[in-house]
Amino acid sequence: MSVDIKILLVEDNAADARLFAEALKGDTTMDADLTVVKDGEEALDYLYKRGRHAGATSPHMIFLDLNLPKRSGHEVLEKIKSDEDLKRTPVVVLTTSRSPDDVNRSYELYANAYLTKPSDLEQFLKVMEAMSYLLTSVTKLPEPAQSAAAVPIGEGN
Amino acid sequence: MTPSPNGRPIDILLVEDNAGDARLTVEALRESKVSNSVSVVKDGVQAIAYLRGRGEFADATRPDLILLDLNLPRKDGREVLAEIKEDDDLKRIPVVVLTTSQAEQDILRAYDLHANCFITKPADLEQFLKVVRTIEDFWLTIVKLPKERR
Repeated sequence: MSVDIKILLVEDNAADARLFAEALKGDTTMDADLTVVKDGEEALDYLYKRGRHAGATSPHMIFLDLNLPKRSGHEVLEKIKSDEDLKRTPVVVLTTSRSPDDVNRSYELYANAYLTKPSDLEQFLKVMEAMSYLLTSVTKLPEPAQSAAAVPIGEGN
Repeated sequence: MTPSPNGRPIDILLVEDNAGDARLTVEALRESKVSNSVSVVKDGVQAIAYLRGRGEFADATRPDLILLDLNLPRKDGREVLAEIKEDDDLKRIPVVVLTTSQAEQDILRAYDLHANCFITKPADLEQFLKVVRTIEDFWLTIVKLPKERR
């Protein structure tokens, strides 16, 4: 059984975004619909469905890089986690930074998890595999923000 | 056992009033390839005392990860979660909610209170062990955990 899941990736590095998309595609347990936005400002436009993202679908989950143009990942994270409607959406920080300050700050801003970017596709696939198992068969995700009812993903499919 | 990617053994606090579930979880974690130590407390009041190093827990190590049941005696898991995530000193510790509840309301409320993830405990023994191993795989080997404040 594959599980439908809407994922938003906030990543300015095209190669990293591609690696993520490939690893996601390589995973057959998830039928993931991925949207990539390239900076912090666009991430917020997407989540608030502004401008060219007016018709955006709210994501089940967000993967967020920290070093981003226009608005940093920490700023985006803070905005999401202090918004009554958005804060329940799980945010996984995905970054090259191993700085303890970045790790601590992310958790203090209520990041759901902090991952350092795997360097090659093989490693990426491994992480994605563990992640998708966790997401699709173990973890209960809340329904995206605008809906009143929470239906754990994977049920009713 | 190998050291964790976080560089040292992982200290886990398990808040669980059901002795059978607690024992299973501890046993599954003991078989982990990542070096860890688990402390178990049985209710929400004890959990908070442990985290704040109060009373009998004066020597308690601050945990790297908390596994929290929701339905607990004395102080409910939701209250414990809210208290942790509102405390500037404790809020960065990842909290994995591990409960038998599948209620939509519990899932939403837990994420609203900044639970790091919500996991439903399977009733089946094999499934239960698998879930613990998944938690271990993800939280002990893949995720970068916050460093303890000195």
